[in-house]
Amino acid sequence: MNEADVNPEPPQAAAPPPATHRIAYRHRLPTRLWHWINALTVFVMLMSGLMIFNAHPHLYWGNFGANFDQPWLSFRGRPIPGWATIPSTYNLAAARRWHLAFAWLLVVGLLLFIVVSFINRHAQRELAPSSDEVKPRHIWHDIREHARLRFPSGDAALRYNVLQKLSYVAVIFVLLPLMVLTGLAMSPAMDAAWPWLIDLFQGRQSARSIHFICAMALLAFIIVHLLMVMLAGPINEIGSMITGRFRVPPERPDQ
Amino acid sequence: MIGRRRFIAAGTSGLLLGGCDRLNNSPGFRAVLRSAEKLNMASQRLISSRDALAREYGEADMSPFFRSNGTRMPAGEDYARHLAEQFANWRLTVDGLVARPLAIPIRTLRSLPHRTQITRHDCVEGWSAIGKWHGVQLSRILDHAGLSTRAKYIVFHCADRFGDKPFYESIDLVDAFHPQTILAWGMNGHLLPVPNGAPLRLRVERQLGYKHAKYIQRIEAVDSLERVHGGKGGYWEDNVDYEWYAGI
Repeated sequence: MNEADVNPEPPQAAAPPPATHRIAYRHRLPTRLWHWINALTVFVMLMSGLMIFNAHPHLYWGNFGANFDQPWLSFRGRPIPGWATIPSTYNLAAARRWHLAFAWLLVVGLLLFIVVSFINRHAQRELAPSSDEVKPRHIWHDIREHARLRFPSGDAALRYNVLQKLSYVAVIFVLLPLMVLTGLAMSPAMDAAWPWLIDLFQGRQSARSIHFICAMALLAFIIVHLLMVMLAGPINEIGSMITGRFRVPPERPDQ
Repeated sequence: MIGRRRFIAAGTSGLLLGGCDRLNNSPGFRAVLRSAEKLNMASQRLISSRDALAREYGEADMSPFFRSNGTRMPAGEDYARHLAEQFANWRLTVDGLVARPLAIPIRTLRSLPHRTQITRHDCVEGWSAIGKWHGVQLSRILDHAGLSTRAKYIVFHCADRFGDKPFYESIDLVDAFHPQTILAWGMNGHLLPVPNGAPLRLRVERQLGYKHAKYIQRIEAVDSLERVHGGKGGYWEDNVDYEWYAGI
């Protein structure tokens, strides 16, 4: 967010606590809309996908892979518990209906968000890390700050830090597109229509493995993301993703 | 604050878990989810040429062992007798909306010009196996029978049953006339083994495994699937709500 977007709260008449709760406009409407649509969609995709995984919980590399072949990851029975799947009892057909319907929301939402984010310059201004930020020293500094649970305050809290930028860029431009492409590569009709899909991932079972690995990476992102929201103040963070308005944490003296 | 937070967390997980199951059981919501099947089919057909071929692999790419699934040995005296006779009296009936109904002995089918293709079989469960198939193009049989212009679907009636329900499947004419859609009587250089559908099975290479009907006895051309068994076009479609269009 650049300086022009920051709207200081109008001064209050007789407010005793000075300079504490400055309100700034932090998230624009397209970002907020997509965030919540995508949050819902990704949860449905993960949980219905885990149900589909239960149907054959073995992963292989290459073009083929079935019970008599060598998996690189294999579970017995139906490894994913009901609380983590849609629906909660084993039903491959229903899970596929959920997965292949919500996939449209995921793809259309992602494409629209990427296009809009380049047009309104969200991608260039807020997501792209600057050349200074990607210097190892800066990244290392941010990692240490995160590890000490010291979060940016003042105006710095209005910008994404470099770890945030890198993880958002990874999710939006790498992980989610990979999920979609590996998903398509598992479709026999898509492989006939776009034979390059199979070449890109070196086989249908490789695509399935990468689909699973990316899903787990997304899950890891979600866990860390939610943890960070909790640590940074969930009411303010979640509220700002709903209303766009963020209560700026007062400047710490040591910054 | 903690109370509210906990309330929100409990509410969210409750909504996610219970809500999804409730939505899953709601006919209206199911209809919305179902509409994606038509969207998937329409968009895949839109970006794909009618005759776009499934990848054909080389000998070196084949699965060392081709997994069979579903019925591995049809029950009943009729099939047992055919098997004992090495299918000498097995006939493929072709009827319905055709000008010339046929009853083709399996020997005759094997003597017709055939296609050999090494293709990947993708199961709805997620696994894949690559095998070599030998068979006659379905289009050749349909042309021979003189398909009516009213025909929209080809139904495959099979010798295997699940409980009291006979197995059947169906495809539309786009897939029926696709060059790789064959009635396979051979696999990996041999006659089709029983677990893989002896003496005759369908290969419809742009769709998932459950569409590839095994133990085919009768092919019926119809203008609508509504009057065939459960009306959804196949055993799995009728009984567990798999998609009729299994291109993804």
